Amino acid sequence: MRQADVVIIGGGPAGLAAAVELVHKGVTDILILEREKKLGGILRQCIHDGFGLTRFGETLSGPEYASRFIREVEELKIPYLTDTTVLEVTPDKKVYAASSQGFLTVQAKAVILAMGCRERTRGAISIPGTRPAGVYTAGVAQAYINLQNKMVGREVVILGSGDIGMIMARRMTLEGAHVLGVFEIQPYPSGLARNIEQCLHDYDIPLYLSHSVTEIRGTERLEAVVISEVDERMQPVPGTEKVYPCDTLILSVGLIPENELTWMAGAKEDPGTRGAAVDEHYQTTTPGIFAAGNVLHVHDLVDFVSLEAEALADAAARYIQKGSLPESGFAVKGDGMTGQLVPARISGQDDVTISFRVRRPVRNCTIRVSQGGRIIRELRKPKALPAEMIQIPVKAGQLEEKDLEVEVLC
Amino acid sequence: MLREFTCIMCPQGCEISVDIEKDTIVGVSGNRCPKGKEYVTQEIVNPMRNIASSVLVTGGELPLASVRLTRPIPKNRIFDVMAEIRKVCLTAPVQAGDVVISDVLGLGSDVILTKTVE
Repeated sequence: MRQADVVIIGGGPAGLAAAVELVHKGVTDILILEREKKLGGILRQCIHDGFGLTRFGETLSGPEYASRFIREVEELKIPYLTDTTVLEVTPDKKVYAASSQGFLTVQAKAVILAMGCRERTRGAISIPGTRPAGVYTAGVAQAYINLQNKMVGREVVILGSGDIGMIMARRMTLEGAHVLGVFEIQPYPSGLARNIEQCLHDYDIPLYLSHSVTEIRGTERLEAVVISEVDERMQPVPGTEKVYPCDTLILSVGLIPENELTWMAGAKEDPGTRGAAVDEHYQTTTPGIFAAGNVLHVHDLVDFVSLEAEALADAAARYIQKGSLPESGFAVKGDGMTGQLVPARISGQDDVTISFRVRRPVRNCTIRVSQGGRIIRELRKPKALPAEMIQIPVKAGQLEEKDLEVEVLC
Repeated sequence: MLREFTCIMCPQGCEISVDIEKDTIVGVSGNRCPKGKEYVTQEIVNPMRNIASSVLVTGGELPLASVRLTRPIPKNRIFDVMAEIRKVCLTAPVQAGDVVISDVLGLGSDVILTKTVE
């Protein structure tokens, strides 16, 4: 059986950044396994700019951002296999994969889960109506347009105000399509304010909040969607239905971390993120199995994916070199306002980066990090939106070996 | 007159208020960095944007290579520049960073490849 110190599952931004950082920390016996034909993950199709401001101090397109890491992987001669799908990861860190070269088994000392996420589909949100062609998730439409040169439609309705949906509204407009509007079921946008400005306002694309698609019409091809207003419980309001003739419906209704392998590896779930419960070292409850990037929690910016994966790699290198990491026996507890809180537990002995999103938009709030009533950090925010991931670094010296509380006070 | 802007220079998306009197900016607030002031100043005079698209590539592993502009162009020229980008057809291999159109429409910005296609 093939052996490796570290197997990295996924050659997207998280996996690539982890691989490069591992080498910098002295771990070179690595194998990256990537399902697609090329490294780079979702960045290959994200041709718009705006990536890299935090990590590189300049604004890059997705392919350029990815190529910075791919170049390093090539220069450092980090082994990788593309066209290779991992089928199973066991708790004792055996990795089974299928590729065009045949079946592959690797015994690893540590496994890094960097599989990213999938999109929620029409099935996940149960839109009634017929099942014609012309209904796509935003990422699928993006792959058709940006990788395969296939235009997906002309008269377009977009459901969901996620960033990818708004970016596709602009992209399709630039390619000559007419975008009738972006419809969001929540009373606030789910994507970043800058994208509302530069993707919608710039092209006079209207954004309708508290609206949703309540019927899909058409037999062969999509012919129209019915849009209704929704009430505060997000239920359609009878009598508000409007018919929008269109040939294309793009869904940008959320992302689901791709965690099947995580559960096979015996890692326990964090009920708050529904990803793996990890500690400040990004180690799951299965020792030696780590997770970072969108498979752990959905990020707003790729820069934070890279930085998180680099922090993971530092810990994974320590694990390889020392055989274990400090026991993480203390819980990280949020309050009613903190969603997607990571990590789930800490040791109290090492630096930790706390990440979360507010559950609803708030103005003039204070974020407080404390242990047993002792305030460690307080951060004032003029506004906080669910679209943005909030990150708070805390140094080991400020921590005690106790549970950690994170509160949003407004 | 008070005008409100959402800054697009970075993902923070600051809400910036600009006080304008007789075409002169007399006050800017809400920006968390100097780029915000630059943005609203430009936005009032002549809004500028960068765009990303793709050009056709024949004989390569992909039918397209992605492109962007090296510097922003006036917002009202976006569709003119898109028309120029659409005329381009390259033959593989092509390298990220290659200039596809130099000084597009005399706007002082180059169209460059952002992806290598072999």
